[in-house]
Amino acid sequence: MSETTNKWIGQNTIRPDGAPKVTGSAAFAADTNMPGMIWGSVLRSPHAHARIKSIDTSKAEAHPGVKAVVTAADIVDFPVDTPFPLGIQDMRWMCRNVMAREKALFHGHPVAAVAATSEAIAAEACKLIEVDYEVLPHAIEIDDALAPDAPILHDFIEFEGKPSNIAGTLEHTKGDIEAGFAEADVIIERDFTTRPVHQGYIEPHACLVSVAADGKATIWSSSQGQFMVRAMTGLLTGIPQSDIRAIPAEIGGGFGGKTIVYLEPLATILSKKSGRPVKMVMTREEVMRASGPTSGSKSTIKIGAKKDGTITAAEGIYWLQAGGLPGSPIRGAVGCALAPYDIPNGRTFGYDVVSNRSKVAAYRAPGAPIGAFGIECVLDEIAEELGMDPLDLRLKNAAKEGTQAVHGPTYPLMGYVESLEAAKAHDHYKAPLGPNQGRGVASGFWFNAGGESSAQVNITEDGNVVVTTGHPDIGGSRAGIANICAELLGIDYRRVSVLIGDTATIGFSNLTGGSRVLFASSIVVTESTNNVIGTLCALAAKIWDIDPEAVIWEDGEARPAGANAGQFPPLTLEELAARANESGGPIGAGAQINTTGAEGGFGTHICDVEVDPELGTVQVLRYTVLQDVGRAVHPSYVEGQMQGGAVQAIGWALNEEYIYNKNGHVDNPGFLDYRMPVASDMPMIDTHIIEIPNPKHPQGVRGVGEVPLVPGLAAVRNAIHDAVGVRFNDLPMSPPVVLDALDMAEAAE
Amino acid sequence: MAKLHISTTINGEPTEYLCAPDETMLDVLRNGLGLTGSKEGCGSGDCGACSITMDGRLVCACLVLAAEAEGSEIETIEGMADGEALHPLQQKFLEMAALQCGICTPGMLVAAKSLLEQNPNPTETEVRYWLAGNICRCTGYDKIIRAVMDTAADMRGAA
Amino acid sequence: MTDTQYMAPQTLDEAVTAFAAGGEAARILAGGTDLLVQMGAGMVNPGVIVDVKKITELNSIEETADGGFVVGAAVAGAVLEEHPTFGKVWPGVLEGLNLIGSTQIQGRASLGGNLCNGSPAADGVPAMVAAGAVLTVQGPNGRRDIPVKDVPTGPGKTSLAPGEIAVCFTFPPRPAGSSDAYLRMIPRTEMDIAVVGVGVNLTMKDGVCTDASVGLGAVAPTVLLVEDAAKALIGSKLDAAALDAAAAACSAACNPIDDKRGTIAYRTKVAGVLLKRTAAIAAKRAAGV
Repeated sequence: MSETTNKWIGQNTIRPDGAPKVTGSAAFAADTNMPGMIWGSVLRSPHAHARIKSIDTSKAEAHPGVKAVVTAADIVDFPVDTPFPLGIQDMRWMCRNVMAREKALFHGHPVAAVAATSEAIAAEACKLIEVDYEVLPHAIEIDDALAPDAPILHDFIEFEGKPSNIAGTLEHTKGDIEAGFAEADVIIERDFTTRPVHQGYIEPHACLVSVAADGKATIWSSSQGQFMVRAMTGLLTGIPQSDIRAIPAEIGGGFGGKTIVYLEPLATILSKKSGRPVKMVMTREEVMRASGPTSGSKSTIKIGAKKDGTITAAEGIYWLQAGGLPGSPIRGAVGCALAPYDIPNGRTFGYDVVSNRSKVAAYRAPGAPIGAFGIECVLDEIAEELGMDPLDLRLKNAAKEGTQAVHGPTYPLMGYVESLEAAKAHDHYKAPLGPNQGRGVASGFWFNAGGESSAQVNITEDGNVVVTTGHPDIGGSRAGIANICAELLGIDYRRVSVLIGDTATIGFSNLTGGSRVLFASSIVVTESTNNVIGTLCALAAKIWDIDPEAVIWEDGEARPAGANAGQFPPLTLEELAARANESGGPIGAGAQINTTGAEGGFGTHICDVEVDPELGTVQVLRYTVLQDVGRAVHPSYVEGQMQGGAVQAIGWALNEEYIYNKNGHVDNPGFLDYRMPVASDMPMIDTHIIEIPNPKHPQGVRGVGEVPLVPGLAAVRNAIHDAVGVRFNDLPMSPPVVLDALDMAEAAE
Repeated sequence: MAKLHISTTINGEPTEYLCAPDETMLDVLRNGLGLTGSKEGCGSGDCGACSITMDGRLVCACLVLAAEAEGSEIETIEGMADGEALHPLQQKFLEMAALQCGICTPGMLVAAKSLLEQNPNPTETEVRYWLAGNICRCTGYDKIIRAVMDTAADMRGAA
Repeated sequence: MTDTQYMAPQTLDEAVTAFAAGGEAARILAGGTDLLVQMGAGMVNPGVIVDVKKITELNSIEETADGGFVVGAAVAGAVLEEHPTFGKVWPGVLEGLNLIGSTQIQGRASLGGNLCNGSPAADGVPAMVAAGAVLTVQGPNGRRDIPVKDVPTGPGKTSLAPGEIAVCFTFPPRPAGSSDAYLRMIPRTEMDIAVVGVGVNLTMKDGVCTDASVGLGAVAPTVLLVEDAAKALIGSKLDAAALDAAAAACSAACNPIDDKRGTIAYRTKVAGVLLKRTAAIAAKRAAGV
């Protein structure tokens, strides 16, 4: 399909869920209520690391207004010696994350939960629970967790034969890096650190669960996957999945942080025990202390290049914090770091390090921003060393169709080179800069994903369309789906209603994440819609008494394929819908597919900053995101992903960080001191959409959502270097850090 | 302590409720009155998702005691549209994709409406600083700012 | 169960009686932007909340015949901004108050609340200290005046006696050629607690500074009146040497802590940087008045 012939694909249509969202009537998880509802509250560990010797809930249970209490004894155990994968998670860790079992592993780790007739009573009752802790020394930072005398979090984790806080490793290699470095004319090796950051969704985790007397549970929750909610809740409570109906509420941001459960299993057990619906909503403080942020990291990057800019070898060693339980996103770090480049010799290695902070959860291209940061910084330095434009250095080594990436795959047609060329040609790249101003560039990659998706497309009796899909909508995917379905049927998009089903009303659909929702759901919606069109054509053929092969579908009507087929006036969708009973049944079709063909996404960013040399503050003046999205089905929402990810990257680069006190408690668990960008901090974020259609997708779609976070950290850092001549290898580049470095640089002169 | 009986006006309608002395306006709106359009993002006045106006003044409902609303005029997101007719800001937000997940949107709209009532011709900087107390994590603010400025221009043109 | 009480008295006498009777667990409610945050965080559980927004004296703004101002302690920043003349005469005081938080916060936060909360980083205070503002309080033992600079005594603490309520601020009349300014350093552009805050109040005549006063916030347990900085400015043409000396005096006066908002070294350096910038703004304004 080309742009010029599309009516809806590529149009900025109004999203189907828009009116409720702008009028305040859209139901997010905390907005739902039920008669008889009671409130749940969580008791959390006051210690960063402690053995739990005993828990006495009797006083809480006796407290007036308390209807149920939950402890780890109520949660199904997954023994540590038996891996139990569920997607990218492992239930051994999930069951210990929703509630501490043997140990409290971080300050804020749930230890018990109470349901009572008011939030206040539930919170009071929590205080009556007596927990006997044996407080243990804690380690938060990677270095502390790796020190020879570090407290070992888990005696079942060993590395190289010894108890360790290294829970796993992952490596990619290509060629022979030693030989590659030997060929290099210039080699640069640098160490980098990044602090842990939070996804920062404005909506705290929330759920409402009602378990009926027969044990059947209905869950309304804010999540990035109702099937994940059902599966995890089922596994953790022992309730069969067929007895759980998980309904996705509208979700107020996730960015990966809502791809696991925290409250649903607790609320389910509380509801079961009490016989009442139980609502649980996290406070912002609980979100910041106890939900999964992303890893802090250390890395060592070494890149060698010839004088002409050809990279001969590149190596990245990464250490990522997992939090209290294994599972940091080393896969994203080591897989994506070198992905934009055609390098003959490469190696990436990642260590998964546990420490006493909340278990990390996915954050938009998990691991990839960390992986790319050091690489993109060192490339900048190599470009300077060689006297090359940093975009030219990347162009010289850019991966293309046919390149075999260090992390394994051979790339199909994709638009990385186009993003670099567009950056070079963009007005932004030529705009003049003033004093204390600088410009930086960086590139990035994310795998993207396909995975399971289900959809139903049903024609209403009055000739309109209801599409049910299976993925929570976090970015406007319903709008894109409406565009596609309308395009295929040749009708006005306003006649297509797109809804998100729950686990009882739609087939299995994998998480909303991995930049896969539009990619995957459009495949099943396309399949379903095409099947519906087949049914419509067959019905028309029956009415006209001709061969179904002789009927075509165009602009919302069935038509004879040609003069030979017969002179029949077209039959519209409305007319056919009214005669559905003549076809033998309702007009509708569904599809459930494990979609494939998702190809990685590539982007390049240009960032201009101005540094106040006396205060160390950094102002982002101008920012451009250039990215190959395959096909922008709904351009505004594609732009929105590019802009949102870029601003998250700016926050990560400049001011966001977890601050811990000496007791291992988060010192800034709120939006006051966890400093995310506010409107006055940002310029407009320009976007340049590149469309190199993905040949494996019916509309050419590539996932777009995650790539925009990946290049931003280095783009900002490289811009600051250009402005003031200082290379920052540690994030965030907050004002005291910047000023200190400027002062030291001045002193050194 | 017995509950307080408060008489106020919400979105133009006389409204009465009972509240505990230490209950916030946000709690009462959401849990007492079923007006869940105002959201709780932080409970500490740092995110703006609970923005309402009180006697024409833009405030965070999480930082107002429900008891203080006695005799006041409260306006929430639910009062912004006139039946089916969306306020120009609401319509523009939809047209310009100035929302993604939508959780910050009610507060953002209430705040933007308050701005345009005070200053019908704001510069981009004025819009950004006025809305600095409304955190959005999804959009990066670009389309929100454009939507507010476009609406301001439309409303000036129509005036 | 809560046993907090709420009351909104119409007169100051009623407020004083109720507040005093409530003892240690009583709290005054003006804008609520500190009190409700503290209640929500479990830091304070008031026995009685005395809402002072119905009391005329605490909520009015009066320009006195001699050109001074009396500003009710509970007047919200947004309301003070709408006054036709206050912001022209005391732009620094006004901008300090209206830098607190967000538009939503400024719709409620007051000079009285900001001062009495006792944060060393309070944005509303440095310019008031530099202005020589005086706080009138009323308590069980009657009324008295306290210079604003003598109100903060430590983080979260003030020199108000038990039962005393902040009533109003008196800003003195000033000679022609006077103005003030407030600047703070924060990591973002809005929404942060000041890492350093500087208020400078000046009088200029024929290019010479004839009077000056400097208030410095967020760098010590209380907001400071930096007399040495003022001395360095007075009599000068605000040339580089004078500004350097005043900046150095501010840095020397710093007694900050390392915390999640800034380090000792950073605050000390920035205090000097901000002094120069703030003085320049105040001088420019003074020249235009």
